[in-house]
Amino acid sequence: MKELIYLDNAATTKTRPEVVDAMLPYFTEYYGNASAVYDFGAKSKEAMTQARETIGKALNTDAGNIYFTAGGSESDNWALKGVAEAYQDKGRHIITTKIEHHAILHTCEYLEKRGYEITYLDVDETGTVSPEAVEAAIREDTILISVMFANNEIGTIEPIAQIGEIAHAHGILFHTDAVQAFGQVPIDVEAMHIDMLSASGHKLNGPKGIGFLYIRKGVKIRSFVHGGAQEKKRRAGTENIPGIVGLGKAVEIAVATMDERMKKESELRDYLIDRVMAEVPYTRCNGSREHRLPNNANFCFRFIEGESLLIMLDMKGICGSSGSACTSGSLDPSHVLLAIGLPHEIAHGSLRLTLSHETTKEQIDKTVDAIKEIVARLRSMSPLYEDFIKTQK
Amino acid sequence: MYSEKVMDHFSNPRNVGEMENPSGVGTVGNAKCGDIMRMYLDIDDNGVIREAKFKTFGCGAAVATSSMATELVKGKTVQEALEVTNKAVMEALDGLPPVKVHCSLLAEEAIHAALWDYAEKNHIQIEGLQKPVNDIEELEEEEE
Repeated sequence: MKELIYLDNAATTKTRPEVVDAMLPYFTEYYGNASAVYDFGAKSKEAMTQARETIGKALNTDAGNIYFTAGGSESDNWALKGVAEAYQDKGRHIITTKIEHHAILHTCEYLEKRGYEITYLDVDETGTVSPEAVEAAIREDTILISVMFANNEIGTIEPIAQIGEIAHAHGILFHTDAVQAFGQVPIDVEAMHIDMLSASGHKLNGPKGIGFLYIRKGVKIRSFVHGGAQEKKRRAGTENIPGIVGLGKAVEIAVATMDERMKKESELRDYLIDRVMAEVPYTRCNGSREHRLPNNANFCFRFIEGESLLIMLDMKGICGSSGSACTSGSLDPSHVLLAIGLPHEIAHGSLRLTLSHETTKEQIDKTVDAIKEIVARLRSMSPLYEDFIKTQK
Repeated sequence: MYSEKVMDHFSNPRNVGEMENPSGVGTVGNAKCGDIMRMYLDIDDNGVIREAKFKTFGCGAAVATSSMATELVKGKTVQEALEVTNKAVMEALDGLPPVKVHCSLLAEEAIHAALWDYAEKNHIQIEGLQKPVNDIEELEEEEE
């Protein structure tokens, strides 16, 4: 079998073997219900408490502010709907951005249909939200500001601390979707004035189907899942103990290895970006070069379409992703690429490559070589390139 | 996601290229939606398609349908080529995923656009051929 070069770590990651090892006993040995009275159940509860503490520490907050969910989308849904409902007497206006994940954007659309007003802020050409624009959008009836920590497509890291400061100066709650950032870059909810934060296990080499929402003490939020008394009656349902244990372990490793990973991945990322920009003509690097997730590279290759590129990369065992319409299942390319001002035809030719701690320089070299060959081949088949060359002559 | 035939025509597309002095050339689709097909036809004095070439900007299905469309029209008369419908292209490829059916429509449209150009150049009318609506040049002019 040819070697798999997996460069789609923003989509999901490989669960670390240490994480799987930590989880396994909680399926077959310590399978007791954490809510049970008998001592056997206490083992599950203990494991859960430990995971909560690990996560709280990673964010510089109390373990009691961490609420386990089924993942990032649930956390985003809960944060927005739960706060919107709880604060509707104060106001019905929410500020967010045009580049959020669909878990935020579609939840906002849902709220709009129920009488809430949403301001979708523009971003600049690097995908950065301006704190001044956030402040200017604040109204008397604004109840929540939700800005993602880092963008999942183009990797731009937002000025979260500044936005948080503005939100708090105006007495408005601040939520951040940190699904792509948590475990990749340092986050301090106190220093950054964050009231709520969404995260997901499978983006940081933890298991799928588990995530959490950090909720600052004192924030009013409606329950999202009604039922038993789990998660302080805020999120019912028997706890996913193996998932929680796995998430705790993944966070523990992510924190312990963060400095080293950030250094290694950002060096490889820059090597990748620099090589592609130097060796593939008519290419654009999307997102901020300066404030960028260590593992994210995003390009647009003019005159070609992303899905064709992905299939040809796949034939060489390379996994990437694209924001082209053909991969989004609609006629429009990625809303993020359009929001940074790219015309449709250029946005269709996008490629996102996201690294992991296991990515090697050799893999990057193979990938760049493959990109060069494939882009040239697709351009030779492209009527847009044919027309472009004619205008150059 | 794709059938073996689609993958074959995507990885080894037949008849890719340009043509000097084609009897007819047509470009359909638009870059906004992510698909553009250009088809070149070389038609002899008896109205038989000797050669067909294409260039396509688009997804795997767009490339495969263009490739198959050129294969299907080669050797056919102009009248017969009109019967190469999107359905015929899809069937020849052992089907397409539902979201990609529009690619086969584009292939049909590309054949029609090239035939229309041929008819106009030769001041003839081809029975049953409508003026193609999905013309990229018009759309581009509108945008500018």
